[in-house]
Amino acid sequence: MSNGNSIEFMGTPAQEAELKKVIAKYKEQPGGLMPALQEAQGIYGYLPYEVQKMLAEGLDVSMSEVYGVATFYAQFSLVPKGKYIISVCLGTACYVKGADRVLTAIEEKLGIKSGECTPDRKFSIEACRCVGACGLAPVMTVNGEVYGKVTPEQAVKVIESYMAKED
Amino acid sequence: MKMTIERLNEIKAQYEPIIKARNLVGEYAEEMAQHSQYRKQILVCGGTGCTSSGCGKVVEALEAELKANNCDDVIVVKTGCFGYCALGPIVIVYPEGAFYSQATPEGAVRIVKEHIVGGNVCKDLLFPETVQENGEVLPFGKIRFYKKQMRIALRNCGVISPFKIEEYIATDGYRALHKVLTSMSQDDVISTMLASGLRGRGGAGFPTGRKWAFAKASVGDVKYVCCNADEGDPGAFMDRSILEGDPHAIIEAMAIAAYTIGAKQGYVYVRAEYPIAVERLRIAINQAREMGLLGKNIFGTDFCFDLDIRLGAGAFVCGEETALMASIEGKRGEPRPRPPFPAVKGLFEVPTVLNNVETYANVAQIILKGADWFSSIGTEDTKGTKVFALGGKINNVGLVEVPMGTTLREIIEDIGGGIPNGKTFKAAQTGGPSGGCIPAEFIDTPIDFASLSKIGSMMGSGGLIVMDEDTCMVDIAKFYLEFTCEESCGKCSPCRIGTKRLLQLLEKLTDGKGEMEDLEKIEELSKHMQSSCLCALGQTASNPVVSTIKFFRDEYLAHIVDKTCPAHKCKKLTRYLIDPDKCVGCTLCARNCPVKAIKGEVKKPHVIDQDKCIKCGVCLGNCKKFKAIYTE
Repeated sequence: MSNGNSIEFMGTPAQEAELKKVIAKYKEQPGGLMPALQEAQGIYGYLPYEVQKMLAEGLDVSMSEVYGVATFYAQFSLVPKGKYIISVCLGTACYVKGADRVLTAIEEKLGIKSGECTPDRKFSIEACRCVGACGLAPVMTVNGEVYGKVTPEQAVKVIESYMAKED
Repeated sequence: MKMTIERLNEIKAQYEPIIKARNLVGEYAEEMAQHSQYRKQILVCGGTGCTSSGCGKVVEALEAELKANNCDDVIVVKTGCFGYCALGPIVIVYPEGAFYSQATPEGAVRIVKEHIVGGNVCKDLLFPETVQENGEVLPFGKIRFYKKQMRIALRNCGVISPFKIEEYIATDGYRALHKVLTSMSQDDVISTMLASGLRGRGGAGFPTGRKWAFAKASVGDVKYVCCNADEGDPGAFMDRSILEGDPHAIIEAMAIAAYTIGAKQGYVYVRAEYPIAVERLRIAINQAREMGLLGKNIFGTDFCFDLDIRLGAGAFVCGEETALMASIEGKRGEPRPRPPFPAVKGLFEVPTVLNNVETYANVAQIILKGADWFSSIGTEDTKGTKVFALGGKINNVGLVEVPMGTTLREIIEDIGGGIPNGKTFKAAQTGGPSGGCIPAEFIDTPIDFASLSKIGSMMGSGGLIVMDEDTCMVDIAKFYLEFTCEESCGKCSPCRIGTKRLLQLLEKLTDGKGEMEDLEKIEELSKHMQSSCLCALGQTASNPVVSTIKFFRDEYLAHIVDKTCPAHKCKKLTRYLIDPDKCVGCTLCARNCPVKAIKGEVKKPHVIDQDKCIKCGVCLGNCKKFKAIYTE
């Protein structure tokens, strides 16, 4: 297994200190790998090779087990995400109300596909399964902010409003 | 702190008047309010649906305005889901039960000024149905939406504050646990659960009492109880709403289950996509620990029990019981063959009981009110009630709880308020990616486990998605297959390869390249998957396809033979066109096209560039005035 991508790892000593605390917390706990990965992703924003390696060594489990669990669950990401994470709900209730068209419009607007990140790392798109706001279907979220009953055209306007934001 | 029955009684006596003033019946509540320290209570739904539509700002505005007007005798209570999600944010003012729908911060200011301070209900902000012709205001509980509902699992949602254990205790909370620990043997609990007829609400419908009896009979010093809150069916949100609105009901029921089978430790496995539910459950667990309702020697007996939360990480298969337990163990969430069943060899290889959230939500009520009470509700086959998450093409999107045996028609027409925009009901989908579509001809089917499986669908966890004439049934089948294909864990090949091949066959049809023999291939492959996949995910993955082929064969034939999509949904079979005779060149469509696929000069007919068009339908919706845009 290579480290998977060419994105340079830019972890700080402060982050590493945090990670060490997480490792100490879960080292003796049965079933501690999952919560440890979740907290590690909380610290770094994603789970690069270097972080997985530190977890494997710290928790005394094999690298293949860490990698196996990290790649099994949709929520763990091995690549960094954009500053603004756009999530389009593709649950059934949203789908029958046209969520697929909303997603297509956003993909067209940003020139990337679902699961990808723009080269400037400003936006990433993901399709999610039900945020539970079915009464507002179709729903999209940007960094957790919910936009309900969106049309493809409104979705594009939402994206434009984030594009206009200064860094 | 040690909890005793006397202490429970004290808390109940103190908080009961406050809760009773929230009784849904007007006059009685008026009287109760006089015995409570609050003149008025403003309940605001704080469920995920209403949070998304902005209830947080409404609460802030209400609190600020109350403060500004020195209304010390009025409280704002953030509750769980009222069920009527389509009208969120929902605000109810008691004791009148005045129902303000789609509340805004500006409206909140008016509610305080005019209603709370001035004594005049803001009729223009109320849900229109509650304002009668003679000007009288109907209380919240009397609207049509609730008429045929019966709330057992959701009894406290939208009534109590999920943040206050005292309010749960005031509704007889933790009394069932006390009863079980002080006056019932383990076998007594099992026979009560068996006699009640309660069956698992997660999908399979296994009798809860039998599950507990198996786990009790299994030998072992260490046993576990688990709660499956990994509600993965996209479009189902009943378990989340129960956790958000009444988390203590789950804690109490798990403690009862633990006593029954002899467990000391429990785990609640919750989807990480449910942050509000997780937070409230965490608060509830801490409160229960502080009050001595979790921990050592509960109610002074030798029963000890504690509870932890484990978060999922986005894998649908973890709703399967053996996969869920693998995930709690920190492994990849892959299922394993059964037997051995979890009751014999479950979490960390020891006997384990695993029930779904909604199942647990019934337990304390059954203990308190008795098995006869519960078994008197529902049908011969299925006792009690079922919560459905009503979504899709329906007016009243929301959460409904009905007695088993209620017909689909009652749910869709009476409670759900029918189909919007004058469209026709085509089918209802139950059971999510494992279920099937019920066509209009079966709309009078009474809902219980047996009758749903007889018509090729299933109860599932309770997602109920309504579809109208604009929904393409081939596309919906493909949608579910995309889901199961993506969520297949890959451990067994019939599922890993089968879902992929089935999806490819469906894509062939929606791309307009289908042949008649594809239908036979789909049916044959489905049969093999049903018999050879390792877990329910694969065994049931073909259900949405099989049921739509059975009931909507015409639509499949249209895709295969005529190469058309009657619902104009499948992109490769649909074109958006502009009728040059009707187009006046108003430019509205061109300006609003998200991909700028429409060209044309002002006051001259426009044209859609078919290569650029993403078939989103925005132009069609915008051209209401001239009706120049059509699909073929």
